[in-house]
Amino acid sequence: MVEMMRRIYLDNNATTPVLPEVLEAMHPYFGENFGNASSIHHHGQETRAAVERARDSVASLLGCRPAEIVFTSGGTEGDNLAIAGLAGAGNHIITSGVEHHAVLHAYKHLEETGCEVTFVPVDGRGLVDPEDVRRALRPNTKLISIMMANNETGVLQPVDEIGKIAAEADIYFHTDAVQAASKVPIDVRRIGCDVLSISGHKMHAPQGVGALYVRRGTQLQPLFYGGRHERSRRAGTENVPGIVGLGKAAELAMQGFECGDDKKISGLRNRLERGILAQVDEAGVNGEGAPRVPNTAGIYFDHIEGEPMVISLDLKGLAVSTGAACSSGAIEPSHVLTAMGLRADRARASIRFSLGKQNTAEDIDFALALVPETVARLREISPVYKRAAISS
Amino acid sequence: MSGGVDSSTVAAMLRAEGHDVIGLTMQLWNQRRLAGHEGMPEQVTGRCCSLDDVYDARRVAEHIGIPYYVVNHEERFERDVVRPFVAEYLSGRTPIPCSLCNNHLKFDQLLVVAQQIGADSVATGHYARVEYDDARGRWLLKRPADRSKDQTYFLFGLTQEQLSRTLFPLGGMTKPEVRERAREHGLALAEKPDSQEICFVPGGDYKRFIDAYLAESGEALPDTAGELMTASGEVIGAHSGIHNFTVGQRKGLGVATGSPLYVIQINGADKQVVVGGDEHLYSRTLRARRINLISVDDLREPMRVSVKIRHRHEAATAVLEKVGGDEILVSFDEPQRAITPGQAAVFYEDDIVVGGGWIV
Repeated sequence: MVEMMRRIYLDNNATTPVLPEVLEAMHPYFGENFGNASSIHHHGQETRAAVERARDSVASLLGCRPAEIVFTSGGTEGDNLAIAGLAGAGNHIITSGVEHHAVLHAYKHLEETGCEVTFVPVDGRGLVDPEDVRRALRPNTKLISIMMANNETGVLQPVDEIGKIAAEADIYFHTDAVQAASKVPIDVRRIGCDVLSISGHKMHAPQGVGALYVRRGTQLQPLFYGGRHERSRRAGTENVPGIVGLGKAAELAMQGFECGDDKKISGLRNRLERGILAQVDEAGVNGEGAPRVPNTAGIYFDHIEGEPMVISLDLKGLAVSTGAACSSGAIEPSHVLTAMGLRADRARASIRFSLGKQNTAEDIDFALALVPETVARLREISPVYKRAAISS
Repeated sequence: MSGGVDSSTVAAMLRAEGHDVIGLTMQLWNQRRLAGHEGMPEQVTGRCCSLDDVYDARRVAEHIGIPYYVVNHEERFERDVVRPFVAEYLSGRTPIPCSLCNNHLKFDQLLVVAQQIGADSVATGHYARVEYDDARGRWLLKRPADRSKDQTYFLFGLTQEQLSRTLFPLGGMTKPEVRERAREHGLALAEKPDSQEICFVPGGDYKRFIDAYLAESGEALPDTAGELMTASGEVIGAHSGIHNFTVGQRKGLGVATGSPLYVIQINGADKQVVVGGDEHLYSRTLRARRINLISVDDLREPMRVSVKIRHRHEAATAVLEKVGGDEILVSFDEPQRAITPGQAAVFYEDDIVVGGGWIV
């Protein structure tokens, strides 16, 4: 009976479904084209060609040379390789408080080994002020790492300006573009970054594959010891089907920009946001007023808690999320919203809706029918809400 | 769903009966939080809220085909269970965190979550029975079929509203029967051992836990050291801190005498630990406060009941008498050994829980 339920997925910042074209492109590499891309024989040549075609596609998406692309297992590996590969004991790093855990926890480790880290603040919209980055520079600053788009709010950081500051100071600039890739055009030359990480499964390629742009001439200390794969920057046999899928997803993303997919998605997202805010009072958008990726709507609903909201919606067939999940799957208060200065109760009352290429206008209708009534029901039984209503 | 046999079997039974079941695990305490602090063990496995237990609960939910969620109540647990637990020991009392957890988390917050997500009732794996009594017009809490597993002592704080929305499906079963049902439902954890200790105190070493907890919170351990004295008021030595003692304790007093000595009283205000012979441990009366009544709405006149003064205590006959707005005097027929402030006194009429309160 549970299986009969209509299920709508609006949690594409967590992961996206693999698009049919991507699955089709990957398919031969699980079967007939199974070779190891390092082998010298026919089978190896076949898969080597596929890996390099995918590298061309990913390089086109990011505006770099194919040789500047290193395939990884995903966003976390890319972020770790960028950070641990460039900075170490005695170095200073500048970053922000709204980065993903893949970045923040890498610093925690580096700090233990004698690396200093400065966390620049964000404003109420979630934006870093590039001047704060400039002011944080020290003689031993080795790396600036500021994300391109935030996973919880979709807010886009002024990475171009930060890239200029890094270039002037002649220090490395890494940007975690996991939540930006395929949602907004990326040009690594314009950003002026030395390293940029992306993840396959956030852009309709499979889980377990990602890529790191490494500007030519940048010396990275590898994370793994092994064979000389990926120009000795990432040891380990290539995940050929995954890489082929990432390449195909990159092509589809570029086609999407040409035919206005991003406009279509932002249209749906805006309809969702406006529709919710028209029906629900005492609610608002996290990151309002800042430039945002087209697919993300982080919305707070005063007087409710995000946790029962997400569970209630899931039980009715709508998949959304709140905060970041800890290892048990329980919800922890969002460090991103807290860093933006959101009140603790608002941070707990925030829900993230994130759209993907597969979402339709009907999906938005479904959410618009369900969300306001769920908020109303939760407020109805909330003692906090009743007290607030009486006192106002 | 704690990831243990009891709650897992409840979920499987209710699902098999055709109920629309949602599995919930309360994340109450981060078991890694104090690991390695102040001599706490580095490795933590297999306790409530550990990743292993959440894993087990999740696998059961998947096996029986129900939706499953972990809900985070760590803040509330720390405020309403952990901090009072520490404060009670530092005041010279011996707390029961499981009752606090039942009152403030399992049958309060969990019922709120149930209502929020549209569930009618909460079912747990406790060994107890709940039923509505038409004649009295009240919900009753009763002892379970398996007396050896009776958990009613920890449930005396449940209100009528809470009981009306609570199901204890194991109340009529014995533990071996529950394990048999778990096997019938194909639950891989049917043979998992019972948990015994306080879930957030590894190895039951509460003194080390208090040290580690206060150190981690940046709070100095208050100086609770003081005098060791006899019942007649003679000072016979010094002790390391009142939180290291509990009434009835014999070991670790640090004094050598001819006859065995026991802690007979702890004076929190004066930081005194009073010791005496076994005969000094017996008392015929106790006072309990913060009373919750279940089978009756009030105690208008003295009432004959049986009273348990700790979980593993054979209920003793006594008379209850109200001596204030929220205080009851319990007068036992026979003197009882080691009546301990901080523990609960729970009143029974045969199988029925009349109510209970906290021993002062």
